[in-house]
Amino acid sequence: MANTFELIASSTVGSGGASSIDFTSIPSTYTDLCLKVSTRHATGSPYLAVAFNGSSASFTYRYLEGSGAAASSGNGSANWSVAINPSSATASIFSNGEIYIPNYAGSTNKSFSADGVTENNGTTAYADLFASLWSNTAAINQITLSAVGGGNFVQYSTAYLYGVKNA
Amino acid sequence: MAAGATYTPIATTTLASAQSQVDFTSISASYTDLVLVMNTKGSTTNYPFLQLNGATGTSYSTTTITGSGTTATSVRQSNTVNPYISSDAANTTGFEFNAILHFQNYSNTTTYKTVLVRANSASTGTGATVLMYRSTSAIDTITFKLNTGTYSIGSTFTLYGIVAA
Repeated sequence: MANTFELIASSTVGSGGASSIDFTSIPSTYTDLCLKVSTRHATGSPYLAVAFNGSSASFTYRYLEGSGAAASSGNGSANWSVAINPSSATASIFSNGEIYIPNYAGSTNKSFSADGVTENNGTTAYADLFASLWSNTAAINQITLSAVGGGNFVQYSTAYLYGVKNA
Repeated sequence: MAAGATYTPIATTTLASAQSQVDFTSISASYTDLVLVMNTKGSTTNYPFLQLNGATGTSYSTTTITGSGTTATSVRQSNTVNPYISSDAANTTGFEFNAILHFQNYSNTTTYKTVLVRANSASTGTGATVLMYRSTSAIDTITFKLNTGTYSIGSTFTLYGIVAA
């Protein structure tokens, strides 16, 4: 059988940073999408925000987070996802994460998972697991990544979008 | 190509009718690892568990880290016949359950087998599980069962093979 894990598109943030990373015109020819990100925030200590088809509405989530000192769990009705390495982190350290979206082109609500880690030479860093749901039956043809609360991703932040086919 | 020509769909199932279990049989031993992606809905809120090679004895154990949305905990099953792939993450009636399972070195005949699971349900929880199957046999059959009820129509299961070379 043919290879079925294919790069659809990638993005690298240039000098000056960027407030969002967008993937548009995503074809519906795959079964699942897998998004791999390496990011750092320019000013704050935020979480990743994920929007589909230009919409940040109708998202819910539950998460499990470890800080190095404690584990916690929370939930919400927003498009929050995994933690991003903050501007206060040791220089040059980027967070990374993976978002997996099964059946992104189907006609049911879209459930997806996200795993992410930050790192720091200080005392606190985060490991996150997210379960998320976009209660919308439209096929996903656009993904926008930004930071909760705004601000920029720094230069050299990257995102790679892969398509996975089941046949 | 991101992964080279090494990520191959072996079998996929989209349920045309409600089923209490889903089977992948006669799995070729020609891959290095297996990855299974499931996106499902339940007839009622229920919990998936695995059966490998049809083994129904106390051949399994699991360790899970899990978040319910309010509480973070860890759960252990030892010598169990029903190794659940999640704890808080439930297969609900809302078509929100998804899980990715990694079966490393599944076809070797010298070691016990471990499975890494990430399971998610936005209304009940999220977590990660390591599942051990105490058998040195190559895995050639994977069965998804439920503690109660069925997988609903439209639920999808896809098994991929990954080749090291």
